[in-house]
Amino acid sequence: MARLGHEATSYAPPLEMPEMELVHPKTFIGKYVFSQDAKVIAIQYFITATSIGLVALVLSILIRLQLGFPGTFSFLDPSSYLQHVTMHGMIMVVYLLTALLLGAFGNYLIPLMCGARDMVFPWLNMLSYWTYLTAVLILVASFFVPGGPTGAGWTLYPPQAITPGTPGYDWGIILMLVSLAVFIAGFTMGGLNYVVTILQARTRGMTLMRLPLTIWGIFMATVLALLAFPALLVAALMMLMDMLAGTSFFMPTMIALGEQTGYEDGSPLLFQHLFWFFGHPEVYIVALPAFGIVSDILATHARRNIFGYRMMVWALIAIGGLSFVVWAHHMYVSGMNPYFGFLFATTTLIIAVPTALKVYNWVLTLWKGNIQLTVPMLFAIGFIFTFVNGGLSGLFLGNVTVDVPLADTYFVVGHFHMVMAVAPIMVIFGAIYHWYPKVTGRMMNDTLGKWHFWITFIGTYGIYYPMHYIGLAGVPRRYYAYGETGFIPDSVISLNAAITIAAIVVALAQLLFFYNMFHSYFRGREAGPNPWNATTLEWQTEHTPPHHGNFGRELPVVYRWAYDYGVPGARHDFIPQNVSPDDVETLPEGQEVPAR
Amino acid sequence: MTVTLIFLALLLGTFLTWIVRQSLNVRPWASADGPSVNESDSLPPAATPARVGLAVFLAAVTSLFALSISAYTMRMELSGDWIPLAPPPLLWLNTLLLVVGSVGLQRAWDGARRNRLAQVRSGLKLGGAATVAFIVGQLFVWMQLQAAGHHLVTNPATAFFYLITALHAVHLLGGLIAWVRAMVLASRGESMRDIHVSAELCALYWHFLLLLWFILFGMLLVT
Ligand code: HEM
Ligand SMILES: [Cu+2]
Repeated sequence: MARLGHEATSYAPPLEMPEMELVHPKTFIGKYVFSQDAKVIAIQYFITATSIGLVALVLSILIRLQLGFPGTFSFLDPSSYLQHVTMHGMIMVVYLLTALLLGAFGNYLIPLMCGARDMVFPWLNMLSYWTYLTAVLILVASFFVPGGPTGAGWTLYPPQAITPGTPGYDWGIILMLVSLAVFIAGFTMGGLNYVVTILQARTRGMTLMRLPLTIWGIFMATVLALLAFPALLVAALMMLMDMLAGTSFFMPTMIALGEQTGYEDGSPLLFQHLFWFFGHPEVYIVALPAFGIVSDILATHARRNIFGYRMMVWALIAIGGLSFVVWAHHMYVSGMNPYFGFLFATTTLIIAVPTALKVYNWVLTLWKGNIQLTVPMLFAIGFIFTFVNGGLSGLFLGNVTVDVPLADTYFVVGHFHMVMAVAPIMVIFGAIYHWYPKVTGRMMNDTLGKWHFWITFIGTYGIYYPMHYIGLAGVPRRYYAYGETGFIPDSVISLNAAITIAAIVVALAQLLFFYNMFHSYFRGREAGPNPWNATTLEWQTEHTPPHHGNFGRELPVVYRWAYDYGVPGARHDFIPQNVSPDDVETLPEGQEVPAR
Repeated sequence: MTVTLIFLALLLGTFLTWIVRQSLNVRPWASADGPSVNESDSLPPAATPARVGLAVFLAAVTSLFALSISAYTMRMELSGDWIPLAPPPLLWLNTLLLVVGSVGLQRAWDGARRNRLAQVRSGLKLGGAATVAFIVGQLFVWMQLQAAGHHLVTNPATAFFYLITALHAVHLLGGLIAWVRAMVLASRGESMRDIHVSAELCALYWHFLLLLWFILFGMLLVT
C-alpha cells in the first residue's frame, strides 16, 4: 500500500492516555436524570433550552400580532407588550442560543470530537445543567409574580428598569437579575469543563491543529463567555443593591411619579458600559460556535477540505480578542467623547476583516466542491447568505454618523435578527439535521427537512428584510402602537402586516421540524454509523448512538486533520481522522475517484 | 475599563502567543505516520486537569474583580459625589490573618508532598481557622463602619467598600467548601495522592485570594 503524504507533524498528549474512571449508575435516575454522561447532559440542555425557546417564540408572535394589526387583538396592552419584548429577547439570546450552542452542542461534541471518554469533571458538568435549569425556572417564575416579568428591554437599562412605572419594576426585575446570576454560575461550571477537556483530554494524535473547527469555535466562545459573563454578574449585583439596599451605583438623582427618589448622583452610563462589555462579546459567544459548526458542515457536504484551516483558527481568535474592544458601539447615542466614538468605530470596522476572511474561506471551500445539497448543507449555505446580509448592515451601524439616526429604529432590529438570531438558528438547524443520525441512530426525513429549510429561509427574509426599510423611514423600536404619526407612511403599515404574516408562517413551519424530529426518532431510516461519510471521530464510534464512554475498549488514535476529503489517489473520497497512512486504501495508477 | 482591558490584553496576549507558536510551522493537512511526540504541542506534564481547571477558574474570577475595580474607578470619575472612606485599621489585622491562612495551607501542601499526614492536618486546621477568623474580622469591620455612620447608602465609596469586601469574602467561603473536602480526606486518612491534589488546590486558591486582597486593600487605602 502506498503512503499518502506524511509530513510527520506532531502529536500532543502523552503516549499513554490515562483511562478515565466513569461513573456507571444502574438506576434510571442515575442514568437519565442525574446523569454524569456528557451526552445525556447535552440532551437535557437541548430539551430545556428548546422548551424555553418555544415560549420566546410564542411571545414574539404575540408581539408581531400587535405590531402588524394594531387595535385588532387584545392579547397585549402597552405594559405587557414591553414585558413580552424583554422576555423574548433575553430568553432567545441567553437561555436559548447560549445554552444550546455551548451546553447542548458543546457537551455532545467536545468529548466525541476530541476522542475523549467524557468531560474532565463529569460531576461538575451535571451540576452545571441543574444550575441552568434552576435559572430557567426562576425566569419562568417571573411570569407569575405580582407585576409580572420586567419590561425594561433585554438591556435592562437603569434607571428605568427599577423605577415605578416600568412594568415588573419590583419582582420581575429581581427575579431576572437573580436568574442571570444563577445562569452565570452554572455556565462557569460547564465552561471550565469545555475548556479543560479540549486542552487536556484530546486523544493521542489529536493536536490542536487537527481539531475540527467546531471544537475551535466552541472553545473560543467558552473563553469569551468565561471572561465576559462576569461583567453582567457585576452589573446585576450592583443593580440588585440599588434596588434592594438603596445604594446609588447606577441610579441618578431623580423624581419618579412626582416623588423625589432616595437615589443620588448614580451613573446609568456605568451600567451601560458593564452591560455592553458583556453584551457585545455575547454576540460572538453565539456566533463563534456557529462559525465552527458551519465550517464542518460545509466541508463534509461539499466533500472538500476547508479552505485556509489555520487562517480560520486565527480568525476565530482575532474576532474573540477584538470583540472586547468594541462594546461602546452600542452607546453612540448615550453620549460620549467624540474621539471615543471614532476609536470604537475603528475597532468595530476592523472586526469586519477577520470576519470577511471567514466568509471568503467558506465560499472558497464550496468552490469546485462536490456539493451535496443535503438538508444540513442547505442550512449551512442559508447561513452564509443571512450572515453576510446582517454583517453588511452592521458595517452601516458601526459608523457613528450613520448610526445616530438609525439607533433605536427597526433597522437595528433587522440587523441583529439577521446576524444573531436567524444566522445562528440556521446553523443550529443544520447541525441538528447533521448530527441527529449519530444521536438517535436514525435519519431525519429529507423532504420534510427541505420544506422546513425553504419556508424558514425565505420566510425569515420576509420578516427581517423589510424591517431595514421601516427603520430607514425612522420607525422607532419598542413601541406598542404608533398612533397618528405623520412620518409613518401607509406603506409601512402594510409592510408591518406582511411581516407579521411571514412570522406566523415561519413559526408554523417549525412544526414540520418538530414533527420530523419526533417521527424520525421512531420511524426514521436506520442511519448506520457514518451516513455522511464524515471524517471526524464522532462518526467512527463503535456504537451508534455511542455508549457511555463513547469509544470502544481503546480510544482512537488520530493521524490526520478532519478535512481529508477527496484526497488524490485514495479509493474513497474521505479518510477518517483515525486511519493511519498505512491503512489508506489507494487506487491503481491512473484511475480517478469515481464521481458520486 | 482600563484595568480590565489591561488584564484581558495580558491574558489573551499570552494565549495568542501560545497558539501561534503551536500553529505557525505546523502543516495541519499533512498526516502522520504515527503518534509521534512533539514536546511543544503538549502541555507540560505539570499541567494536570485539576491545575488547569483552577487556572481557568481563576481567570474568570480575575475578570470579575478587574471589572469591579473598573466599575469602582469609573463611578469615582463619572459623578462628583465621591467622599473617600478611610478603611478601618482593623483591616491590617485581618490582612495578617489571611496571610496566616495562606501559610497554613502552604504547610498542608508541603506536608502532602512529603507524605506527612500530621503536617497536612495541622496545616489545614491552621489555614481554616485563620480564614474563618478573617471573615469574622471583616464582619467586625462592617460593624465598626456601621457604628461610625458609614452605611451602604451613605456614599458610593462606602457602598463599593461593602460590595468589594463581600465579593472577596464570598470567594473565601466558596474556598472553604474545597477546604472541608480536604479536611475530610485528611482526617479519614485517604490516599495521599487525593489529599495532595486537594490540599494543593486549596493552597493555590488561597494564595490567589491573598494576592487579590492585597490589590483590593491597596486600592481602598489609596482612594
Ligand atoms: C420567528 C422568530 C422571531 C420573531 C418573529 C421575532 C420578532 C421580534 C420582534 C417583533 C421584536 C421587538 C422589536 C421592538 O419592538 O423593539 C424582537 C426583539 C428582539 N429579538 Fe426577536 N424575533 C424572532 C427570533 C429571535 C431570535 C432567535 C433571537 C435570538 C437571538 C431574537 C432576539 C431578539 C432580541 C435580542 C430582541 C430585542 C429585545 C429588546 O430590544 O428588548 N429574536 N424580535
Ligand atoms: Cu456589538
